[in-house]
Amino acid sequence: MIVFEKPKSLANVPLHYCPGCTHGIVHRLVAEAIDSLGIEGKTIGVAPVGCAVLAYNYFNCDMIEAAHGRAPAVATGVKRSLPENIVFTYQGDGDLASIGMAETVHAATRNENITVIFINNAIYGMTGGQMAPTSLPGQVTQTSPYGRDVNTVGYPIRVCEMLSQLEGPAYIERVAVNNVKNVKNAGRAIKKAFENQVNNKGFSLIEVISSCPTNWGKTPQAALAWVEEAMIPYYPLGVYKDKFKDEEGK
Amino acid sequence: MADKVLMKGNEAIAEAALIAGCRHYFGYPITPQTEIAAYMAKRMPKIGGTFLQAESEIAAINMVYGVSSTGKRVMTSSASPGMSLKTEGLSYLAGADLPALVVNVQRGGPGLGGIQPSQSDYFHATKCGGHGDYHMIVLAPASVQEMADLTIKGFEMADQYRMTSMILADGTMGQMMEPVEIKNVETKTFEKPWATTGTEMKRPKNVVNSLYLEPSELEKMNIARFEKYKSIEENEVMYEEFMMDDAEIVLVAYGLSSRVSRNAIIAAREKGIKAGMIRPITLWPFPKAIINKRAEQAKAMISVELSMGQMMQDVQLAANGKCPVYLCNRVGGMIFAPEEVLAKIEEANAGGVK
Repeated sequence: MIVFEKPKSLANVPLHYCPGCTHGIVHRLVAEAIDSLGIEGKTIGVAPVGCAVLAYNYFNCDMIEAAHGRAPAVATGVKRSLPENIVFTYQGDGDLASIGMAETVHAATRNENITVIFINNAIYGMTGGQMAPTSLPGQVTQTSPYGRDVNTVGYPIRVCEMLSQLEGPAYIERVAVNNVKNVKNAGRAIKKAFENQVNNKGFSLIEVISSCPTNWGKTPQAALAWVEEAMIPYYPLGVYKDKFKDEEGK
Repeated sequence: MADKVLMKGNEAIAEAALIAGCRHYFGYPITPQTEIAAYMAKRMPKIGGTFLQAESEIAAINMVYGVSSTGKRVMTSSASPGMSLKTEGLSYLAGADLPALVVNVQRGGPGLGGIQPSQSDYFHATKCGGHGDYHMIVLAPASVQEMADLTIKGFEMADQYRMTSMILADGTMGQMMEPVEIKNVETKTFEKPWATTGTEMKRPKNVVNSLYLEPSELEKMNIARFEKYKSIEENEVMYEEFMMDDAEIVLVAYGLSSRVSRNAIIAAREKGIKAGMIRPITLWPFPKAIINKRAEQAKAMISVELSMGQMMQDVQLAANGKCPVYLCNRVGGMIFAPEEVLAKIEEANAGGVK
């Protein structure tokens, strides 16, 4: 009996991510969700600009590479064209919460029936560690060398809290992938976000608190500890919106 | 249906797009092209299509990118300031070899400019304002009938060559009403095996992408794309000649400017001046060969345009020194009267323009 194998939706190629980066875990969770729902053949993914820019190489489904921040608009086009297909975006914090904030908010408020996987690691990884819209107060990055000064550059954006104020979206949850328990929970949430789309429930966004050892200047273990000690207190985990919660309870 | 109906240019574009099988329209309100969106908002829901007012021109062009990735005909429209915002998307569409129809109903610029007609986005359209080496097919209608006909042609060419076709109109062409016959023709369609429609587990995955981190690969992609552009330049140039057989003063004008020029030429002929016109219908590919040929018989050429000599540069390059090339222009939303163009023809005929 096989108890552990690579998800079929994950391509058999080496990932380019840094050692200790949690993108690999989240890719796997997305692929597992696609496998378990049996939707690989009708899934179309939209990759971002950022560390996950090459995600189109890593999933076996049809993939589209979008311009920076525009994945929710591209996904809107794809889903409006092919409403029977499953469409997901995979975006980082710079992509989703800075340059693409308008596309994110409006796709959510339109309740586009798409799935958004949002990687929040509080930094721009691909370009070498600049301050992100989600970098924590005081966080040292290449472009906040004295620490993020909220008096001059403002505060980090809590995307789940903000989007959950909208009438539109169906499901908003924040998870983390810093330990086994959280990874399992993240897998459940990501699967639910795809299931919602299969059941035509509308816009689902899962924010995944992730680590970036390279640009945080930490070992992989220290980075995971920082997720627990610094990130999660600022970005509390949990379900922020679930339009269909009562329905399921019955 | 072959009855003539009275329509605005903008509406003719919208109706022709539906005839061409376009069922997805994304736009953002901006004067003077909003009738296109209004038309689509009414019609699309009735025929199972998508009309979506996007949150911005940037979002709209990326929704176009999404639909085009799935292999379906799709369009957006805007006016000059909005076209600046769409320009990022135009570069990405080019880099991913995606077909799309984009309409620019030009108004005066730069900046917020004005809302009156202009042709000052000539460079943006024909030289391509976005980053990287690329071209778009640029079609310049000069009547409401052509607004319709070139829209259908634009969709076909976009699919055939996997690139953006742009309708480069102006506020007058968009707003004016003329009788138009929109034939319910069967449009040419093309296979799109590259489209991302879901593998159905029956084929290898498709990827729509413009990223090539290996420079030799990116160079190869660029060179291949320019081979395609070369064949378009050889095969798809469209222009119309007016009174050119014996013309000595040759006007080059497109769109609205060509209509004013036509009146000026008739007036010049009445005064015994042998004037004529080459009217580019495709601005890219530009009708270089005919301009070069006609430059041999010309005493002078005049680029008649609602911009600061943008097209004149292409006329000069095409004439290649065979005759002097002068400029007759108004900008900022002002339009020349035929008399102003006639005065320029007379000056040129007398041996030079001040």
